Amino acid sequence: MVNAGDMNGSGNLMDFLDEPFPDVGTYEDFHTIDWLREKSRDTDRHRKITSKSKESIWEFIKSLLDAWSGWVVMLLIGLLAGTLAGVIDLAVDWMTDLKEGVCLSAFWYSHEQCCWTSNETTFDDRDKCPQWQKWSELLVGQSEGASAYILNYFLYIMWALCFAFLAVSLVRVFAPYACGSGIPEIKTILSGFIIRGYLGKWTLLIKTVTLVLVVSSGLSLGKEGPLVHVACCCGNFFSSLFSKYSKNEGKRREVLSAAAAAGVSVAFGAPIGGVLFSLEEVSYYFPLKTLWRSFFAALVAAFTLRSINPFGNSRLVLFYVEYHTPWYMAELFPFILLGVFGGLWGTLFIRCNIAWCRRRKTTRLGKYPVLEVIMITAITAIIAYPNPYTRRSTSELISELFNDCGALESSQLCDYINDPNMTRPVDDIPDRPAGPGVYSAMWQLALALVFKIVITIFTFGMKIPSGLFIPSMAVGAMAGRMVGIGVEQLAYHHHDWIIFRNWCRPGADCVTPGLYAMVGAAACLGGVTRMTVSLVVIMFELTGGLEYIVPLMAAAVTSKWVADAFGKEGIYEAHIHLNGYPFLDVKDEFTHRTLATDVMRPRRGEAPLSVLTQDSMTVEDVETLIKETDYNGFPVVVSKDSERLIGFAQRRELILAIKNARQRQDGVVSNSIVYFTEDPPELPPNSPHPLKLRRILNLSPFTVTDHTPMETVVDIFRKLGLRQCLVTRSGRLLGIITKKDVLRHMAQMANQDPESIMFN
Amino acid sequence: LFPQVHRMFAQNSRNSVSPVLLLVLLGCVLCPPAQASKSSEDIRCKCICPPYRNISGHIYNKNVSQKDCNCLHVVEPMPVPGNDVEAYCLLCECKYEERSTTTIKVIIIIYLSVVGALLLYMAFLVLVDPLIRKPDPYTQPLHNEEDSEDTRSLAAVPTLAGARANTVLERVEGAQQRWKRQVQEQRKTVFDRHKMLS
Repeated sequence: MVNAGDMNGSGNLMDFLDEPFPDVGTYEDFHTIDWLREKSRDTDRHRKITSKSKESIWEFIKSLLDAWSGWVVMLLIGLLAGTLAGVIDLAVDWMTDLKEGVCLSAFWYSHEQCCWTSNETTFDDRDKCPQWQKWSELLVGQSEGASAYILNYFLYIMWALCFAFLAVSLVRVFAPYACGSGIPEIKTILSGFIIRGYLGKWTLLIKTVTLVLVVSSGLSLGKEGPLVHVACCCGNFFSSLFSKYSKNEGKRREVLSAAAAAGVSVAFGAPIGGVLFSLEEVSYYFPLKTLWRSFFAALVAAFTLRSINPFGNSRLVLFYVEYHTPWYMAELFPFILLGVFGGLWGTLFIRCNIAWCRRRKTTRLGKYPVLEVIMITAITAIIAYPNPYTRRSTSELISELFNDCGALESSQLCDYINDPNMTRPVDDIPDRPAGPGVYSAMWQLALALVFKIVITIFTFGMKIPSGLFIPSMAVGAMAGRMVGIGVEQLAYHHHDWIIFRNWCRPGADCVTPGLYAMVGAAACLGGVTRMTVSLVVIMFELTGGLEYIVPLMAAAVTSKWVADAFGKEGIYEAHIHLNGYPFLDVKDEFTHRTLATDVMRPRRGEAPLSVLTQDSMTVEDVETLIKETDYNGFPVVVSKDSERLIGFAQRRELILAIKNARQRQDGVVSNSIVYFTEDPPELPPNSPHPLKLRRILNLSPFTVTDHTPMETVVDIFRKLGLRQCLVTRSGRLLGIITKKDVLRHMAQMANQDPESIMFN
Repeated sequence: LFPQVHRMFAQNSRNSVSPVLLLVLLGCVLCPPAQASKSSEDIRCKCICPPYRNISGHIYNKNVSQKDCNCLHVVEPMPVPGNDVEAYCLLCECKYEERSTTTIKVIIIIYLSVVGALLLYMAFLVLVDPLIRKPDPYTQPLHNEEDSEDTRSLAAVPTLAGARANTVLERVEGAQQRWKRQVQEQRKTVFDRHKMLS
């Protein structure tokens, strides 16, 4: 953008409309960045600013502004991410209720808001009021009976289909990159990959708008993963306003890491959990500076969301639990069982979902994305409506399952047989036998559990924004609550068994089924994503239950062990492998005894390495070499005989330099000799003007010898973020190893298909 | 479902709209909460009292301030006689809640207008645009992905230099063309070749 303004000074305002002039130093789409070069460019820039700051007051102020620009970007990201999350929460709240009815006094109120000031609410029906009417009441005037039920059912399905169809059309027409969760692609981008347009403004707008639509349509998906994508888009947008970040891809990724933390922070209301999530799951390099910046961004985002106050009621956390009853050591056994369930479910989900996504990629199913979305929405709506636990939104379901049954609850799940003379305060109700409502709630929950397990496998990965935190937590919460009620009733009816006798006396409040739901939710989420520390922190920030850290940790650890026994990859790494992104995972261990010669190109029998010589090739030779091959760079050697390495030249920079030279410099023709040396020799007067390209040459390419073990080479690639590495023997250039070769080699060693690594 | 969009998309679209839209959204959303004053509809004290002896459970709402939000002020008429009031009130739980109706109204209306605008634009692109624009003989046909970016970048320079002198409208056209090409590429990558996002 800056270069275009230089050329035509009068049109600065409209310059953003022009095509960005390809700059030396920008990268092509679907290529990997060179971390070392970005770092050295940033150091150069910083040194220049520091040395100029001593010259005048204005330069000093400019250097201060440059230092603070990082914090300003974080502030802006926090504000925008918090605002967008507040908008999404409010809109989802309203549109979810729109499927069932409408508020007559003001159509923009959800059910709860509509009945806020009403005096008609009763103890049993907390949300009843005359201003909010179901569709059957509005259209035909009846609210009970079979015809009203069928009409409500039909309209529920129609609204769900309408929302889902609108969402998938918007995604398809305006921003195809807005589908999916976004976290696998963001992980790849943060490891150094370029995907142009993935964090663009249209993607941001469409993802925000369609996220509301798909969550309201009742599909079994969550909004947390897409909110991370939205926050990273905000990060990309604000970092393009400051040249410190817009011109340096390495610095930009620091901002994106912090933005991801802000995204999780507003999704859950968990700032610290967000920072830990960014550290553990999303980021590739996470220096301490990024830790502070992420913390600030997450804090600002949480504060902004709090000030918008989307839930009303001053609720700071999403699923606030109000009980503080202690848990007992003997309960660790069911908690560990829930951990095992979480691990098993995680494995099942990952395997089935990857198989289904692979089928979608390779067969005819992938040709009908809109139809697929409509079918899944129809099936979800048809099966979800009859069961009251799946009819409501998943967040409300989790909230109800996490909460304990005090005297003030009147839902079916809390239909215990009460002692009529009891006068205990609300948070010390002893264990009671289950009434008929609890039994019916149990089998409804069991059906809902099976349904959610099956439908989430088909929902995650469709061409709409979809996350899977909330569905996994719902599955775990349902399983946990059922186990908790089971243990509670067991303790009540058999309080004289050995295991209960010590800690559970009759008339005491021993078992809290809500805690089991929390532990189950954490176990299932850990089993799918393989998060550990960040999961526990997010869970206790979500619920406010600090006493329950140990059970949560036990369940998280158990589910990770069980899930890792079946497969090392979490859901996001599995999707990265499915799509073939060039992501070199820092968690994998390379334990094979291969050497650099086994992996380098050219292999035996292949064409020799395409190199440039330092002073004997003409412009035409270089252009022919570039046109005939598609390598990203060429090593520069002294001469074809000696093959001693001088440096490495990037393909893109060669093209740009030659193009610029042909246009601007006089005398550079196809016969001109290209010089990579410092001082080209004196030429006879009628020879063509030489082309000096030393400035684009990287004089310090990384080299290893041919007997370097691959373990070391992989380590170097990971720690330094290299794109390619040259292989020498006795000082002579032998071959080249690129990141793609490393990934292919690792896939081959793990008996996977090496041809599945795509891109460059 | 929109096979014609692939071809029709070679005409126009605008990518300068979206950042302006975002800033307007941000401005509209951040301003009203700052100006909202507390109307009587926005605060309440909610007391939930469970069933007690032969009295059924009841919920009481009243518009009082936070220091008056307790059982004695809110529960009217008191269902139990004087000596039982204390025992009854121990069972009740009172909470002070507040909300901002202006925020809700503004955000929902902004959201609906954004969705409406996008719907109209989508309808325009799919239905109206191909009718008013004749297919341009100079636009390049859909070239496959084997076209290297090098030749495209080498070829793009002369057209860029030529287009510089044109009016604002033609620059907007150029930006629209570029955006449509980008979306087309994205759609090919994601929906047709399944190269990304499975």
